[in-house]
Amino acid sequence: MIQVRELTKFYGRKAVVEKVNVNIHRGKITSFIGPNGAGKSTLLSMVSRLMDADTGEVLLDKSKVKDMKSNDFAKRVAILKQSNFMNVKLTIRELVGFGRFPHCKGRLHEEDERMVDQALEYMGLMDMQEAYLDELSGGQRQRAFIAMTIAQDTDYILLDEPLNNLDMKHSVQIMKILRQLVDDLGKTVVIVLHDINFASVYSDRIVALKEGRIVKDGPTNDIINSESLREIYDMDIPIQQMKNCRICVYFNS
Amino acid sequence: MKKRYLITAVILLSFLSLFVGAIRISPADLLDLRSEETEIFLISRVPRLVAILLAGAGMSIAGLIMQQLSRNKFVSPTTAGTLDATRLGILVSMLMFTNATLFEKMAVSFAFALLGTFLFMQILDRIKFKDAIFIPLVGLMFGNILSSITTFFAFKANVIQNMSAWLQGDFSMIMKGRYELLYISIPVLIITYLYANRFTVAGMGEDFSKNLGLAYKRIVNIGLILVALITTTVVLTVGMIPFLGLIIPNIVSIFKGDHLQKTLPHTALLGAIFLLVCDILGRVIIFPYEISISLMVGVIGSGIFLYLLFRGKAYA
Repeated sequence: MIQVRELTKFYGRKAVVEKVNVNIHRGKITSFIGPNGAGKSTLLSMVSRLMDADTGEVLLDKSKVKDMKSNDFAKRVAILKQSNFMNVKLTIRELVGFGRFPHCKGRLHEEDERMVDQALEYMGLMDMQEAYLDELSGGQRQRAFIAMTIAQDTDYILLDEPLNNLDMKHSVQIMKILRQLVDDLGKTVVIVLHDINFASVYSDRIVALKEGRIVKDGPTNDIINSESLREIYDMDIPIQQMKNCRICVYFNS
Repeated sequence: MKKRYLITAVILLSFLSLFVGAIRISPADLLDLRSEETEIFLISRVPRLVAILLAGAGMSIAGLIMQQLSRNKFVSPTTAGTLDATRLGILVSMLMFTNATLFEKMAVSFAFALLGTFLFMQILDRIKFKDAIFIPLVGLMFGNILSSITTFFAFKANVIQNMSAWLQGDFSMIMKGRYELLYISIPVLIITYLYANRFTVAGMGEDFSKNLGLAYKRIVNIGLILVALITTTVVLTVGMIPFLGLIIPNIVSIFKGDHLQKTLPHTALLGAIFLLVCDILGRVIIFPYEISISLMVGVIGSGIFLYLLFRGKAYA
C-alpha cells in the first residue's frame, strides 16, 4: 500500500496540492480524476518522487520513500509520464531492455532477456521488436512504454494520462491491458485520467481532486453518481446504466 | 556499417598516412633503424597518426555525449561554446603565468571548458522554446561571445599571434614530445564506454532516468567533465577541429540508432577514419605543402552538416 500523508506542493505562493491524504490499495486500479489544474499530475509526480514535496511524506509499504535508495524504489514503483518527448532512436526491444536497468544497470543477463521477451509477448510487440520508436504510431509507442514498465517488474505502475493523443480503439486497448495487469499479474495501477468514463468503466477506486485538495475518495460506484460529480466538476451530469457500466453523459449538460 | 569494415578502413588509412608526406619514406627504409627516414618516421609520422586517431575518436565521442545529454542532435563542442571556452581558458592561462607550462594551460583551460559547457547546459534548461535548430544557434552565439572576449583580451595583451595557433587545428606541428597529452583521451573513452548505458538513459530525460533509479544530475556532470577533458586535450595539442563532434555521431545514429553501448565503437572508429581522410587529402592536394586540418574538416564537414540539416526536422 502507498500511503500519502499531508502532502503539499507550492508553485510560487500558490498551493497546487494541499495537505493531501490518500491510500493507494494493492491489487487495484485507482484513477485520479478532476478538472484541469486540480493537481493530479503533481500529486502523481510527488508519489513517484519525480518531484519533491514541500511538506508531508509518502510511505511505500510502511517505509518512507524519502529514505529509500532510488534504485530500490525503481524496482518497486514505475512511473510513465505523459510527455515522453523522445527523439532518441531506439528499437522497441532496446527500450524495453532499459526497463531492466534498475536490476542489471543495462548489461542484460539471461534472466533479463527472458523478462524482456515476456513483456514484449504480453504487449503483442514481438513481431515489431526491431522497429525504431520514431517509426511507430502513438498507440504502438504507448504499448512499448508499458512493455518497458512490465519489464521493470514493479508492483506499482503509475501512469500520467496514458490515453493522451490516442484514438478510441487504442485507448480501449491500453485500458484493457492495464486491467489485465491488475487481474492477471497482481499489479497495482494508479492512473491519471481525463475521460471520466474510462475511469468509471475500468477502475476499482477513484480519487477526485479539485483545486489541490481531495474532494472524493472511494470505490468507483460510490463516486460515479450525479451528486458527487457535481461536487467535483460543477456540472450536472446524468448517469446511464449500460449493462455493468455506468456512463456519464456530460456532453450536453 | 559493420565494425570490421571500419576497423579495416582505419588500418589501411593509417598505413597510408604513415607513408604520405613531404619526405618520401618507404617501408623498406625502416629496416635500417638508424636511417634518417626511420628517425622522421618515429618523431613525426607515428605521433601524427596517433594524434589523428585519438583526436578523431575523442572529438566524435565528445559530440556524442553532448548530443545525448542535451537531447539535441545539433549540439556539439563546436555548437555549444565548449571549443571557444577552452580557447578563453588558454588565453587566461597565458596571461596568468608568463610562461605557462602545458600542465598549467591544461588545468586552466579544462576549468574553462567545463564551466562553459555547464553554462550552456544551464541556458538550455531555461529555454522554453526547444527547437532543434534554435538551440545550437544559441550555442553558437554563446561561443561567439566567448570568442570575442578572448580576442579582445588577446589584442590588449598582444598575444593575438599566439592565440591564432589554437584557432586552426593543425597536425603538421605534431611531433614526439608535443602530443602526449592526447593520451588522456584513452581512459576517457574507456570510462565513456562503461557509462554508455547510463548516458543513453540520461538522454531520455530527467523523469525517465529517475523512474529507472538513475542519479540523473550526477551522470550529466560526469558527461560534461569527460567532454571538457577531451576537448581541452585536443585543442591544446592540435587546435580547434570544428564539426567533427557534430557530424560523426549523427551519421552513426542514422544507421545504428542511439543505443550508446552499441554505437560508441562505430562513432570512435568513424571519427578516426574521417579525420584520417581529411588529413591525407590535406597533405596531398597542394603537395608538398599542407592544408590545415581545421580547414579541410571545416569544408567537408560543413557540407555534410548542411546535408543533415536539409534532411529535414523529422529526423532531428
